[in-house]
Amino acid sequence: MSKALIAMSGGVDSSVAAYLMKEAGYDCVGVTMRLFTNDEAAVSREKSCCSVEDTEYARAVAFRLGFPYYVFDFSDDFRRKVIEPFIDAYENGRTPNPCIDCNRYLKFESLYRRAAELGCDTIVTGHYASVEKRDGRMALRKAADETKDQSYVLYSLTQEQLRHTVFPLGKTRKTETREIAASLGLLNAEKPDSQDICFVPDGDYAGVLEHLTGKAYPAGEIVDKYGKVLGMHGGIIHYTMGQRKGIGLAMPAPVYVTDIIPETNTIVVGANEDLFTRTLIAEDFNWIAYDTPPETLRAKAKIRYKQPEKDAEVFALPDGRVKIVFDEPVRAVTKGQAAVLYDDEGYILGGGTICAKGEDAPYGERDDETE
Amino acid sequence: MEIYADNAATTKICPAALSEMTRVSAEVYGNPSSPHTAGQNAARTLWDARERVARLIGASPREITFTSCGTEADNQAILSAVNADKTKKHIVSTRIEHHAVLRPLEALARNGYEITPVGVGRDGTVDPADVARAIRPDTALVSVMFANNEIGTVQNIAEIGERCREAGVLFHTDAVQAVGHLPIDVGAMNVDFLTASAHKFHGPRGAGFLYARSGTALSSLLLGGGQERGRRAGTENLPAIAGMAAALEQSCAHMTENAERMTALRDRIIDGILSSVPHSILNGARDCRLPNNVSVAVEDAGAEAMILLLDGMGIAVSSGAACAAGAGEPSHVLQSVGLPPELVRCVLRITPGEELTEPQADRIIASVAAAAARLRELSPGWNAKIRGEQPFIIQ
Repeated sequence: MSKALIAMSGGVDSSVAAYLMKEAGYDCVGVTMRLFTNDEAAVSREKSCCSVEDTEYARAVAFRLGFPYYVFDFSDDFRRKVIEPFIDAYENGRTPNPCIDCNRYLKFESLYRRAAELGCDTIVTGHYASVEKRDGRMALRKAADETKDQSYVLYSLTQEQLRHTVFPLGKTRKTETREIAASLGLLNAEKPDSQDICFVPDGDYAGVLEHLTGKAYPAGEIVDKYGKVLGMHGGIIHYTMGQRKGIGLAMPAPVYVTDIIPETNTIVVGANEDLFTRTLIAEDFNWIAYDTPPETLRAKAKIRYKQPEKDAEVFALPDGRVKIVFDEPVRAVTKGQAAVLYDDEGYILGGGTICAKGEDAPYGERDDETE
Repeated sequence: MEIYADNAATTKICPAALSEMTRVSAEVYGNPSSPHTAGQNAARTLWDARERVARLIGASPREITFTSCGTEADNQAILSAVNADKTKKHIVSTRIEHHAVLRPLEALARNGYEITPVGVGRDGTVDPADVARAIRPDTALVSVMFANNEIGTVQNIAEIGERCREAGVLFHTDAVQAVGHLPIDVGAMNVDFLTASAHKFHGPRGAGFLYARSGTALSSLLLGGGQERGRRAGTENLPAIAGMAAALEQSCAHMTENAERMTALRDRIIDGILSSVPHSILNGARDCRLPNNVSVAVEDAGAEAMILLLDGMGIAVSSGAACAAGAGEPSHVLQSVGLPPELVRCVLRITPGEELTEPQADRIIASVAAAAARLRELSPGWNAKIRGEQPFIIQ
């Protein structure tokens, strides 16, 4: 019998995923990953995903389904692989997506290794995404329930990892998941979906950054695209591309953050149309659909979690990076976010981290730029 | 057959305690506070348990207060000491106390008390001179644990007690790991408060006791009836208390022979692991150590996985103190003895029971070696060290 390690948060999705694996005849082991101490996240235990209460939910589900359950402490790895890069990104004017790093380094690296140590050949999570075999390769596809699709945060999975991964909810709609949970009498069937970054539960990421680093981020200038000083900001970590609220400028027309320049500690603002670009460069690119990608291809590119894909021309650059040129200009390309490429059937071709956009893009052709 | 080697977490109940609990549950149904015959019987059983427990630690019966657990007794001792003289706002303790002592001290620190945590050496022992030096005119209490629950080191309680007595300061020792395993005489050791827990010496869970020297005032944590002479409100858990007394009698009756046997088996396991698992070390001193405690750091063999692999081989061991969420904070004890963080996560605590045989000890050694080899095979860190790309931490 195949042995599966199931990452359980205590939430509905991973609980139902566990049930489906058990039903499918796997020998299951439930695991909750302890990712941070409350002190690190400056959150109360009740709010964080690693709270005793959540582990009790997960434990209760595992006992109910009749398999062993463990809590493993991965807080060292989480600090090194997720929190420190998260801090580094904000300090360098980027807007990171820590869930992607957490999946990549914690769930599919640290936990994956733990599964191997314990003799589990399959790793299971409650993600809404589908692992399929396609043309002799492992493929990652959008979930059947597109409103819940989480394939975007999973683009970094390697062929080896995909071979050992099952997402039981990939073909399930969220409503069905809740029905299964309710029919099983799971305590958490009505629990709301988690929305926030787990270690930033109330959305105040700047407060968390200040707590974690002990730094007060220095004030600096807010300028327009010609360099004219319009006002002061309270630290670049408080800003993200395209942001309109909370800039603190009294201007006749709405202004948006159009650039963050860490070298000079400057925020650039402009009109909404200044946010549109056609070109970006993504680095640290993981191709799922190819060992060696073609030099150019057509794809649908998604540049933030809750935003539909846009048609684009894709260039695999000789240095391994990827240039994406959208057919139509896209708004607020944000360094640090992931750019993920899909084909027409919802399969992920590959993905990487946005490192340059528009005019910054060293391989960009100037006449391609926003006009 | 399963080898249960996690006695520092809790022990199997002994037959004498179990039969006493069954008897008391069935036959001694009265409330000790009631005046009728059933109540008198219960009161007699309670007094009898008090006498037996007191005798075994060199105390008098009226110095014993029954509690629900060791944690309660620790809390009560600390609270009572600070209530005894509210002008004294300083407490001396150590860096390797159990959370049942640490947390109340932290709470006091938040309320204006100053805590001096005395450090321990690499061998996990406290220097009594350091304790004496930390005592000030405003010191309300010295609290030093008798034997450590993680690394098993036994402190020189008699000498610390003597220093405290000379300085006129109250002395508490959390003896949860020691009672029933090591000889204890509260008089000779100059102890003012001593904490014990039944389930660490083959008694039931749900019973512990606090020894408080005659003349020291105890503050009750629970307000209510006048049980335990007003020192602990709440109807007495008589079956568990009687079971505790029976278990302590058994443990103390066989203490010398058990200690001798267990020490030999302990050393066999320590030597076996250190010689068959390269790059492993013992935590804490070899002498002045609980007779059944083996605490070893095994480089690049993470304890979380190690425990489960050993469990799969029928051997129950632990990584350190148990925690509510199932995964502990990095152990403050192991950090305090200077173990590098990479090794803190690679510590196995093996605490076998008196039923352990030599072949079983050898099975533990072989299983630890096999599990370590398996984990190291999968460890990038270990493989880098084998290739000479990184240095080993443990030579």
